[in-house]
Amino acid sequence: MDQQTLNFIFVGATFAIYIGIAFWARAGSTGEFYAAGRGVHPVTNGMATAADWMSAASFISMAGLIAFVGYDNSSFLMGWTGGYVLLAMLLAPYLRKFGKYTVPEFVGDRFYSTSARMVAVVCLIVASLTYVIGQMTGVGVTFARFLEVESDTGLYIGAIVVFFYAVLGGMKGITYTQVAQYVVLITAYTIPAIFISLELTGDFLPQMGLFGTHEASGTPLLARLDQVLAEIGFASYTGHHTNTLNMTLFTLSLMIGTAGLPHVIVRFFTVPKVADARWSAGWALVFIALLYTVAPAVGAMARLNIVDTIYPNGIQADTSLRYDEKPSWMTNWEVTGLLKFEDKNGDGMIQYYNDKNEAMAAAATERGWAGNELVTFNRDILVLANPEIANLPGWVIAIVAAGGLAAALSTAAGLLLAISSAISHDLIKGALNPSISEKGELLAARIAMAIAIGVATWLGLNPPGFAAQTVALAFGIAAASIFPVLMMGIFSTRINNSGAIAGMLSGLIFTVVYIFIYKGWFFIPDTNWLPDNADNWVFGISPLSIGSIGAGINFLVAYFVSRATADVPEEIRELVESIRIPRGAGEAVDH
Amino acid sequence: MNDKEAGLAYWRANINLVKISLVIWALCSFGFAILLRPMLSGIAVGGTDLGFWFAQQGSILVFLALIFIYAVRMNTLDRKFGVHED
Repeated sequence: MDQQTLNFIFVGATFAIYIGIAFWARAGSTGEFYAAGRGVHPVTNGMATAADWMSAASFISMAGLIAFVGYDNSSFLMGWTGGYVLLAMLLAPYLRKFGKYTVPEFVGDRFYSTSARMVAVVCLIVASLTYVIGQMTGVGVTFARFLEVESDTGLYIGAIVVFFYAVLGGMKGITYTQVAQYVVLITAYTIPAIFISLELTGDFLPQMGLFGTHEASGTPLLARLDQVLAEIGFASYTGHHTNTLNMTLFTLSLMIGTAGLPHVIVRFFTVPKVADARWSAGWALVFIALLYTVAPAVGAMARLNIVDTIYPNGIQADTSLRYDEKPSWMTNWEVTGLLKFEDKNGDGMIQYYNDKNEAMAAAATERGWAGNELVTFNRDILVLANPEIANLPGWVIAIVAAGGLAAALSTAAGLLLAISSAISHDLIKGALNPSISEKGELLAARIAMAIAIGVATWLGLNPPGFAAQTVALAFGIAAASIFPVLMMGIFSTRINNSGAIAGMLSGLIFTVVYIFIYKGWFFIPDTNWLPDNADNWVFGISPLSIGSIGAGINFLVAYFVSRATADVPEEIRELVESIRIPRGAGEAVDH
Repeated sequence: MNDKEAGLAYWRANINLVKISLVIWALCSFGFAILLRPMLSGIAVGGTDLGFWFAQQGSILVFLALIFIYAVRMNTLDRKFGVHED
């Protein structure tokens, strides 16, 4: 059976499962549509949260992000996991006790203000919509690479599948599909990693292999990697080469951004009890850590593997890998354009080194090298080509294709639910038509979901030029506006309506303006005021790291504005006191 | 102790636990993995130093332990102060 057919069988089978779940888990009420009837077991919810959270970027790109930078990109690992500690201790249990359906609803009730609720709705929609673009393009790209269909066609197929389970089942359908998607994506990620770890280090667990011994050289893997990278002129893998303040703030921004992303928070509304919300955050992190502790191992091993493949006799030997004898995975990926070679000195062999490093370039010239000949190596290849690099059978490649799609679709569905419930529950029920019936609201939620899928598909087909930049925006908004307002709403009884609105707006505006100054106003190319590089950043803080400063501004402004304005009413104090205590969460199930 | 006092005492105990947990959270990630890494560079771990291990693996394991310990401790506090569900 050829690879193409295998890929179709695996992807087709997983899609059939998702659609089957859609019919089994139809939502009959708004409670089921928004919060899966609050009957999800904490372990199940943990697994669904892991799939909800781990996007196309986590699955496809993260190992590559670490492989080509090393230690300095550890921020992604710590930032995207550390946020769960904040969720478990600062947000999830209390918001579950509050017992409503959306994040803006909490903001509106706690700060007794429809305006505050609407500011939260806008933040939620902008953050979620920018995030969903990347997922939709991820679906198209995965289809194009593995199934050789047009990426537009792939996008339509993905959208139709999401339409089935998200419109029919709402949160209930999404929850159980996410569980299935998690199983697919973690299997796809782990199998090739185990084989590569066995081959390079003899350790079954990639987590052990990363800190284990490189069998071919007998030295520790990371020491070996630092050594070969030095020999070809690259910065060391384990060393720290960037601004320390920026690395710290970037990690913090990712942490509080993670905790503030509405599509992750609402997952904790689906468990029966407050205690379950705490457990569930732990289980979510267990399932996330299964991928996040493998990713750095995949990154380091793949980087070493590339160097060893190109220099089979060692870097100092006279010969390197001959272009016409290169392994088949390189040929396969060369076709896609994501991997490119250029025989600059015409010797029929490939030389890979850092020609930007002057000392290295001079030494290379003496050896008759004319520049780095591995001219393009897209970081996304690492994970996608892993099974081929490890010479694994065709079904493993097929499951990686299904895994990439599972990662993108599960995150897209979670985001779309956050958007559609903000529209039907906060905008329509909360402001425009409060007297809408339960049936009417459920219909509105389904229509909002269908429209959101349509908009997301359109954005995926016509991605704005700034698609790659938008993650900074989503995390910046979540960190600077949503996380602080939720935390103050729970931990302070003094922050009032004016304080919350002023805080959210100042955090939001500060963060967005800082991003726009370097990335261009509304991401329109060439409208940036300052070049986007470390020399121009204030104190070396990159636009990606600014969310944590925005959060600080939000806290300060909210505190001082609240002090200067009227006290919080007595009934709101009582509300805050009640959400701090688990007892009574069951009664909130059917409010 | 009436319900209101129990609620307040429960909240104080919770805040204490959260504070301790977040100090450890910050120490392992921002501390050992980034800011204090140079001080730990003498401690070798698998071909590199302890700071690198915390940055790429250790801090995630500490986060996991923190959440589960918090969940267990909070279940005890819920019962001790009589604010548990069902």
